[in-house]
Amino acid sequence: MFRSDRYFMRMSGAKIVVETLIEQGIDTVFGYPGGQVIDLFDELYMSRERIHHVLAAHEQGAAHAADGYARATGKVGVVIATSGPGATNLVTGIATAYLDSVPLVAITGNVPTSLIGRDSFQEVDIVGITMPVTKHNFIVKDVRELADTLRTAFKIAKSGRPGPVLVDIPKDVQTASWDFEPKPDPVRPYPLSFVSEGKLRRAAEMIAQSQRPYIYFGGGVISGKASKEVMMLSEKIDAPMGCSLMGLSAVPCDHPMFLGMNGMHGHYASSVAQDEADLVIALGARFSDRATGRKERFNKNFRIIHIDIDCAELNKNIGADLAVQGDIKDALYRLTAMVEETKRPEWRERIAQLRNEEEARLASAAALRDERMAKSGAEGFLTPYQIIDTISAFADEKTCVVTDVGQHQMWTAQRYPLKKPRTFLTSGGLGTMGYGVGAAIGACVATGRRTILFTGDGSFGMNLNELATSVSQNVPLVIVVMNNGVLGMVRQWQTLFFDKHYSNTTLDRKTDFAKVAQAFGAEGVRVTNSDELREAAKAAFEYEGTFLIDCAVNCDEFVLPMLPPGGSIEEIITEIK
Amino acid sequence: METRQYVIGTIVANVSGVLSRVSGMFTRRGFNIDSLTVGETESSGFSRITIAFHGDDDIKERIVRQLEKLHDVKEVEVLDNSETVIRELLLLKVKNTPSTRQDIMTAVEIFRSKIVDYSTTALICELTGETAKIDAFIELMKPYGIMEMCRTGIVAVERGENCLKTR
Repeated sequence: MFRSDRYFMRMSGAKIVVETLIEQGIDTVFGYPGGQVIDLFDELYMSRERIHHVLAAHEQGAAHAADGYARATGKVGVVIATSGPGATNLVTGIATAYLDSVPLVAITGNVPTSLIGRDSFQEVDIVGITMPVTKHNFIVKDVRELADTLRTAFKIAKSGRPGPVLVDIPKDVQTASWDFEPKPDPVRPYPLSFVSEGKLRRAAEMIAQSQRPYIYFGGGVISGKASKEVMMLSEKIDAPMGCSLMGLSAVPCDHPMFLGMNGMHGHYASSVAQDEADLVIALGARFSDRATGRKERFNKNFRIIHIDIDCAELNKNIGADLAVQGDIKDALYRLTAMVEETKRPEWRERIAQLRNEEEARLASAAALRDERMAKSGAEGFLTPYQIIDTISAFADEKTCVVTDVGQHQMWTAQRYPLKKPRTFLTSGGLGTMGYGVGAAIGACVATGRRTILFTGDGSFGMNLNELATSVSQNVPLVIVVMNNGVLGMVRQWQTLFFDKHYSNTTLDRKTDFAKVAQAFGAEGVRVTNSDELREAAKAAFEYEGTFLIDCAVNCDEFVLPMLPPGGSIEEIITEIK
Repeated sequence: METRQYVIGTIVANVSGVLSRVSGMFTRRGFNIDSLTVGETESSGFSRITIAFHGDDDIKERIVRQLEKLHDVKEVEVLDNSETVIRELLLLKVKNTPSTRQDIMTAVEIFRSKIVDYSTTALICELTGETAKIDAFIELMKPYGIMEMCRTGIVAVERGENCLKTR
């Protein structure tokens, strides 16, 4: 066919993939080669000046790195893996991104279409496997559909509530040829739906009727770029703000109306204020069980306005009195314009009181802790908050803070002074131990800035092979291991709810993490007191490359407060004897 | 909350894997399906899936919203049972004996069923109707010795000019 007015070139499927990625504005991909993606990697080699491939140590690490890249920037992360085990190794990474609504495109090779379904070497049905943990996925069986399928994958990944999309490309589709016609621009997300005027008016009425409104926001405020709008509403109606784990960093932690994270390990004042509120305005949050505790008790005292871009989240976990689907930024902007400016001195006073109570409870818990430590003769340990405070003093407000999963994650969430959106990267929904190193590398690569990873010895042990990646990429990464020799979060549950049966949570390993770091070509030191910690932190923040600080932490530090799982606010534990 | 049967009509892209996506959503979210039928539509690019399930209003809403999120699902509608023609097809093979034959034939006639296969030892009855009618017929046939049976599950189309169409 004669198409003189259009620019197109005949090329292999593998090249079409690379050209489409470049067309979509992708300059960095993460991955690991293998038999069924050799063609694709050959094209990456040919295009290495235009697109940078970060080679991970394991496909899971590559997936977390692409996730970290996406969370730090808001752009779509791309990960590439081969068929079979390469593809299955991505699954935890994809599920992590799915539960936290991270835009990701995962590309997997597969055996040639003629061999599919015959249990061929390194063949798995990765589309079937990832169906429940992706927004959508594709297997491309015709090279003519390849470019458009990839474009659709990007469109789905970034539209509405973002999420991962997988595209499985059999080898023969990579080697087949077809015409590629580049598009001038990356695909745009589907337009966001706007909230009707009536619903917003109803919300404004509910706010006007409320004496004690409380704003509860989640990760949707970050992906919806609505930080400013949330604060504007809070200030205008004099409502305190609390958030979910995923909401952290959306609002500066020192905002006078911000009470911090609430829920299972949230701040006391934040959780109690929510319970004492008569109206909770939930924004881009999904009322996970970790946030609500016992559902039947959760909203006994307050009405709920729930605004979310994902209609399926409305009335899913907690029934709302007003459920509103639509773009949160626009909705908040218009809602704030509708509501009367209000001062609520009594509510403010109560909040101040709760803050004082929180201080007192923290002090009391700390005193009990010191007593406990003295009694057990524990010496040569750093406290978690001491570690976080010392490290954060060296960082600036744009520094990305990444965590793994467990006690250190909650301590960081409670304590680290987060100021800017997209500076806190954590596996919230799936709770993936081993997320951290990969994600931190992704964040480093994305921002080009020094990144901090807080991890624990349990989580770090899961994927520390990615130290190899951070060294070969020479990224400025500060890894802080809160090393207590135990799986601390599970141990805490065993202490509280299982009669101190420490079943398989005492690691009793002889691993020297500082030496491990050095063996990988990074720098590493072990610290046991505040002077050593400060010195190590100073060195780490001056070091060009990956620097690991292995911090001695006592195994009986607790994350407090704690709402027992499935419990309610009355059962909040703020100290342990 | 009150539980009852709902029937949902969906139009989906006629692509491989779509049935897995729809049924997988039910499994993953812990919803139970009473019946699920798939068939082509007047346009080749789309299929129609009809799903019947028991639940309360809350569950129905959650199912609809989760279905709407699936990329291959183009249209979802909860069909109003009173405004919808709902049918199922049954093929039932029953023992054919001289002593029961006449009774079976009478039942077939009254139910407006049809004998579609006849041998000296077995009869196949074909019956269409609403679920309750099918259930009643099966109950009636039990004493005569049901050899095997197969029912299609519900298909449903709204009365009047309302249609389930792709956007």
